[in-house]
Amino acid sequence: MINYYEINETNKMIEHDNLDVRTITLGISLLDCIDGDLAVINQKIYDKITRVAKDLVPVGCELEKEFGIPIVNKRISVTPIALVGGAACREPADFVTIAKTLDAAAKEIGVNFVGGYSAIVSKGMTAADEMLIRSIPQAMAETDMVCSSINVGSTKTGLNMDAIRLIGDIVKEAAYLTREHDSIGCAKFVAICNAPDDNPFMAGAFHGVSEADAVINVGVSGPGVVKSAIEQIRGESFEVLCETIKRTAFKVTRVGQLVAREASQRLGIPFGIVDLSLAPTPAIGDSVSDILEGMGLERTGAPGTTAALALLNDQVKKGGVMASSYVGGLSGAFIPVSEDAGMIRAAECGALTIEKLEAMTCVCSVGLDMIAIPGDTPATTIAGIIADEAAIGMVNQKTTAVRVIPVYGKSIGDSINYGGLLGHAPVIPVSQYGCSEFVSRGGRIPAPIHSFKN
Amino acid sequence: MKKTIITVLGKDRVGIIAAICNYLADNNVNILDLNQSIVDGYFNMIMIVDATQASVPFGELSDGIAQLGEQLGMQIKMQQDDIFEAMHRI
Repeated sequence: MINYYEINETNKMIEHDNLDVRTITLGISLLDCIDGDLAVINQKIYDKITRVAKDLVPVGCELEKEFGIPIVNKRISVTPIALVGGAACREPADFVTIAKTLDAAAKEIGVNFVGGYSAIVSKGMTAADEMLIRSIPQAMAETDMVCSSINVGSTKTGLNMDAIRLIGDIVKEAAYLTREHDSIGCAKFVAICNAPDDNPFMAGAFHGVSEADAVINVGVSGPGVVKSAIEQIRGESFEVLCETIKRTAFKVTRVGQLVAREASQRLGIPFGIVDLSLAPTPAIGDSVSDILEGMGLERTGAPGTTAALALLNDQVKKGGVMASSYVGGLSGAFIPVSEDAGMIRAAECGALTIEKLEAMTCVCSVGLDMIAIPGDTPATTIAGIIADEAAIGMVNQKTTAVRVIPVYGKSIGDSINYGGLLGHAPVIPVSQYGCSEFVSRGGRIPAPIHSFKN
Repeated sequence: MKKTIITVLGKDRVGIIAAICNYLADNNVNILDLNQSIVDGYFNMIMIVDATQASVPFGELSDGIAQLGEQLGMQIKMQQDDIFEAMHRI
């Protein structure tokens, strides 16, 4: 029998510490929509998404009411569109029509993002992959809810430097085409290394080809709950700190598991995974940075930050894995700058630099995320940043990603403000030294020696 | 049996329990257990009820009791007990 203390503890987490289920993401395979005719493929995609996902939002709202916990986002992820549209698309503009179809379907069913405007080019690009990549700036500018990701490398394949170099230009162009809105097109695009097939979080979500026809993946959250728990144990040893984080992560994940199981049952769609990520929001108190500072750092970015984040990330996983039979996706702490009030504060006062952020990404998921950089940053420098981050993922057999925003017309000292979950951020400096000759060599960086395990 | 937890919090006044119990009876919800205290003039109550035979769907029942809370100047929340079981029991 549940006791009153436990009821109060749960409700305090929800009401005061921003505990929520961050997203229910319904993955839908579009492989059966493939057709040689562009009009037919668009119609099939629209029909399939609106049919399979028609109950997603109502069921999400029902679960919110029954369990009394907010489910912040209901989202869709689809098969990488480069695979689906390859047979029908003859030029980048053809792919844009598919992006618009995804956007229309998302609006019809009431979800807030649809992910999967993607290509997996970790070793090489097909003609369709390249066309999709070239269509990204226009697709991001002309749709509201479509998110795009390109997997540019993996531990097994090495890094596709041709794709990385091309994406440098694509990011700049996306920034230019959405210049009226602080280059928001770049906030919906991410370059990834070792992308998982079952990630429920945007912008990197897509429904991998290893997945079933449809699947429910759930992303939990709860930085505020962890922060609140560690505030109670100030000055205690690392052992007590680790134990506290593990216990909290367990409780948070159990709620995610419950929601995932119920959503799966009610929608008649198999349950895939629970993603254990600590995902912050710009709301006060819902910050991963605040957890790090709560551990004893004066500001996030100070020496000790990487160690603190490594500890946090590991304990969240250790606590979370026991709470769910199937853990997957990204499962780690997120450190987006614009989406985390504490990170914004640290970046504004200069404690947090892009170099320190890069170091932090070695020990957590996911990567350089939602970082505003000067609009005049060269495309080759952006490619270099992506290559660095992808190399960290490749060598350490983990997912890493880059979502930087070279804000058109803005420079250091300016800031961007998207509002909502995407938040706001200061424009921070990047190295003034170039890498053009390096990133333009062409070809691939080979897979690292420790990937040869057979 | 599926149980439902109702939590009530707010400034104490006459008729809180009466209003809530009437609402539950009107909707065919059976009260199983109830714990109530007043600390510094603040009313705090947790009820365990059986809403499986309720005359309206859960969402409607939950909206209705939240509205009643607003009328009484209280915060009233209604949840299936699965969330507490999931979080606190292995």
